[in-house]
Amino acid sequence: MSALLHVEGLGKRFGGFTALQYVGLEVQPGERLGLIGPNGSGKSTLVNCICGTLRNEQGSVRFAGAAVNGLTAHQRTRLGLARSFQLPRPFGSLTLVENLRIPILYAVNSRSGHSLSGPAILTRCLELLGQVGLADKAHRLPRDLTQIEMRKLELARAMAAEPKLLIADEAMAGLSHAEVDEILALLIRLNGQGVTVIMIEHIMRAVMAFSQRLAVLVAGRKIADGDPKDVVRDPEVVRAYLGE
Amino acid sequence: MVSSVVKEEEEREGIRGLGHLAFIAALVAAAAVIFGIARLIGNSYAFFAAYVVVQYIVLGSAWNILGGYTGYVNFGITAFFAIGAYSTVVLYKLTPWLPLPAMIVVGGAMAALVGLGTGYLTLRLRGVFFSIATLALAVVVQTLITNWDFVGGARGAYVLRPKLAPLIGGDYVEYLFLVMLGLCVAVLATARAIERSALGYGFAAIRDDEAAAEASGVPTLRLKLVATALSGGFMGMAGAPLPYYVTYLDPASGFSLNYAVNAIAMPLIGGTASWVGPVIGGILVGGLQEYIRVTISSAVNVLVVGVLMVAFVILAPQGIVGLFQRKRR
Repeated sequence: MSALLHVEGLGKRFGGFTALQYVGLEVQPGERLGLIGPNGSGKSTLVNCICGTLRNEQGSVRFAGAAVNGLTAHQRTRLGLARSFQLPRPFGSLTLVENLRIPILYAVNSRSGHSLSGPAILTRCLELLGQVGLADKAHRLPRDLTQIEMRKLELARAMAAEPKLLIADEAMAGLSHAEVDEILALLIRLNGQGVTVIMIEHIMRAVMAFSQRLAVLVAGRKIADGDPKDVVRDPEVVRAYLGE
Repeated sequence: MVSSVVKEEEEREGIRGLGHLAFIAALVAAAAVIFGIARLIGNSYAFFAAYVVVQYIVLGSAWNILGGYTGYVNFGITAFFAIGAYSTVVLYKLTPWLPLPAMIVVGGAMAALVGLGTGYLTLRLRGVFFSIATLALAVVVQTLITNWDFVGGARGAYVLRPKLAPLIGGDYVEYLFLVMLGLCVAVLATARAIERSALGYGFAAIRDDEAAAEASGVPTLRLKLVATALSGGFMGMAGAPLPYYVTYLDPASGFSLNYAVNAIAMPLIGGTASWVGPVIGGILVGGLQEYIRVTISSAVNVLVVGVLMVAFVILAPQGIVGLFQRKRR
């Protein structure tokens, strides 16, 4: 089976600062991959390069068998590569249902053989909001939401694009113990529906519960990749987190 | 519960689908009534004054397609407006037999093309940087026109207005007013159609968060180009009848700052989120200006717009429409 996402030799610089260097990453269809690393190690930059928000100077990104290097972010989303943002970025002037309507109108409906119209879109939006437990706030504005609800909306919007691969960028940061479990269950359920998920997270409890495989970024390089239990015992990883 | 919500929304969608034709019919009817009233008054000043107000509604609504829906504040209004006006001057010199509506279409197309071109060059800039670039556009176009002898250069150009209106008879200004009313119906129908379509949702997503819009599959650059072309095109159309209205057009009047200030002030005062805003703002501010121009002085009306704009930005940033919506929520 060929990899769904294939990143090779990825390099990104911001002026004189090298954010990513020769990063390689493969994700198989249906996999749950955890991606960890200290602050500033380049996790979000990697996500941005994979999703097309930033352009990488070196290396290549292949998704579902096709090179996506020159493609814009919206073209990649249409191919089935969705992400949630680290800090929720809802469409503030639109209600929750309308927030979900955007990816359905612009990502789902752009694919051939797929075209939802008025009532079908609404049903789908409400179904998605139901999945993340926000159905009763469907016609409210994002500013009425709590922090965890905002994260759920962010995930629901990524899910609404019906992605093959979902990248959840620190969807749990700042949430309580029970809330982390809620998001975790949501991501695992989504994976059960056949969506490949990359989870970027600092909360190790969640990372260990979620990941089938774990990759570690430190200072723009990938220093470990493998079975989560082995990776967290890797001396280099321990050194990166705890020092000598 | 979900199913009942769906049903309710479906009904609403159904009404909307039928609604747009009904909406256009209502607009046409309103325009006919307004024209009828103006004819009853039977005073050509009424037509001159009403023309200005309706022209501002068109200009404000056109500005709002880019500025209100996608959030890109365009200060280069006079560039588009004057391109429309000067393309009529050119057509008047080359093909004076061309009917006015055809001239308007040409003027609109020219302005839309310029909108597309400048949009392509400037839409990578965001926020205030985009606005400054559009301001520069206005200066560039004004300099070009001022130095273009064929359209009169700095001296200006005379356009002889026919005495009688075609089709409807009466004074020519009545015809100008009717044409402007038609334009108004077109721009309002377009604006409302955008609001309720996928395009409108895409515009709103761009306005709220461009990166998130891209991540949701919205082709932001293409949509912004559509918005600048539509917005610029309608501004050009609003300007195209101007030479016939003023009969003497020079750069100073075609590029008057008043057009730019009013086109921004009216949507801001009325409310930028929907097509109603520029209409309310246009009638209120345009009407007030006309009143003050006649009763006090033509210089004071600029002051009034300034004061109103400051007051609304501070007290009601969502405009008059926003005040009502907040009450309803």
